[in-house]
Amino acid sequence: MAGQTRNVRLRLENVCKSFKSRDGESLILDNINLDIYDNEFLCVVGPSGCGKSTLLNILAGLTDATSGTAYCDGVPIEGTGTERGVVFQQYALFPWLTVKKNVMFALEMRGIKGKEAEELAISYLEGVHLEDYANHYPKELSGGMKQRVAIARAYAAEPEVLLMDEPFGALDAQTRMVLQGDLLETWNKDRKTCFFITHDVEEAVFLSQRIVVMSTHPGRIQNIIDVPLPYPRTQELKMSPEFNEIRMDVWKQVYSEIL
Amino acid sequence: MAKNQKTKKKDKRLHNFLLKIPGRVWLLISLILAMIFWYVLSIIPATSRAFPNVITTISSLKTMIDRGVFFADLASSLISVGLGFLFAFLLALPVAILMAWYLPVRKILNPWIQFIRNIPPLAYVPLVVICAGVGRRPQVIVITLACFLTMCVTIYQGVMNVDETLIKAARVLGASDRDIFIRVITPATLPFIMTAVRLGASVALTTLIAAESTGAVAGLGMRIRSLSNSFEPAPMLLYIIIIGIIGMLIETGIRHLERRLTRWQDKREM
Repeated sequence: MAGQTRNVRLRLENVCKSFKSRDGESLILDNINLDIYDNEFLCVVGPSGCGKSTLLNILAGLTDATSGTAYCDGVPIEGTGTERGVVFQQYALFPWLTVKKNVMFALEMRGIKGKEAEELAISYLEGVHLEDYANHYPKELSGGMKQRVAIARAYAAEPEVLLMDEPFGALDAQTRMVLQGDLLETWNKDRKTCFFITHDVEEAVFLSQRIVVMSTHPGRIQNIIDVPLPYPRTQELKMSPEFNEIRMDVWKQVYSEIL
Repeated sequence: MAKNQKTKKKDKRLHNFLLKIPGRVWLLISLILAMIFWYVLSIIPATSRAFPNVITTISSLKTMIDRGVFFADLASSLISVGLGFLFAFLLALPVAILMAWYLPVRKILNPWIQFIRNIPPLAYVPLVVICAGVGRRPQVIVITLACFLTMCVTIYQGVMNVDETLIKAARVLGASDRDIFIRVITPATLPFIMTAVRLGASVALTTLIAAESTGAVAGLGMRIRSLSNSFEPAPMLLYIIIIGIIGMLIETGIRHLERRLTRWQDKREM
């Protein structure tokens, strides 16, 4: 990184968010300042209630900040935009559409129709190894497969940035490992800016280049930790002392206020 | 202890045996038992006057056809039910959506609907007759009103229950409000719309007697009342059974359609 200026893709500037609750205003996010660079894989970890999902929603344009501004490529974010793709924890697949048609939905929103959309959808499904399930309905798939379809659909919108809200949070340990590996492989190829939320410290260290640790009540950025481990990363990395050192460091910071 | 286990085993075997009997056979058994029950009613002195036996009842069909009223009654009722249901559906769909989307509409209309929904249609028939006169019009109005209330509530709940994340997912993929309405909210609400259709059809039929007490000149409901006045239990019972059969046929048809349209659903029963 030294001597090389990096493009800022997403920027959060003095972002605050509060909700009205029964006993007045409750502050969810308190003055968040953060730059997310182009091609970066950034993870946000923090205990539940620290406002990390709210942060993602602000970047996605699904929620407005109470004060402060979020930027994408220097332009203030107002509403959603296809340059910012989102993967949700609950998959959010359209249950009435087959796997293929779910992916085609994203393509059709880009104006690609008919045969072309169909062929492209299959190629995106091949990217997540689910081309054989093109004509299945979501209810026929396991959780891991559903999330792979959701990822393929997010990619089909050709976003510049991927915003992922605990995408593997609902999956079992094995499936989660496989999907982490697949995601890293894809990211290592296209280096799409990735803003990834998780509460799993190990997942954060394994995936990202930088980890934002958040504290709760109100949500603040407590620290930002670099993860200088080289890519491609494999599961064996999790056994290495370097990995575990960082993991312990992050873990302590996340849990310092809980314990 | 051993004995207990033995009976348990037996219970289980019986249960498995019952599960293996196909639905059609159960239907047949149900029908046979109903016929036996009917027969018993037709020989007990206290009930025999209201429940003529099967043969008398069925042969009264010929009487009614000979009188030239049967097909007119059937047609008239089906037209009233069909029109009432159709108007109610066309009205309930947009009103339910407006209620779900706009808070003032919801806050104002909901109490009205809850208020009218619990009044038996027969009670407000005179008001309808005063306003709309006699003939087809009041019949359709009564059925429309009753169906509308039921369907509106069901569809409204469906629109309210659309999974928020699906709308968000569509939005981040670049969907416009129009896309979201047509491609997300409509299909997501479809199961509720189908339930509304099923409930609405049932309400349409159960409102028939009330609807046809508006001075109708023909109709299944109107005829039942007139046969009651002339004390002819056989055709009366026949007409009642016919209403029941129509209801079952409509229900079966709608369920079929429902299964085809909402095959993607995770679970579906009742």
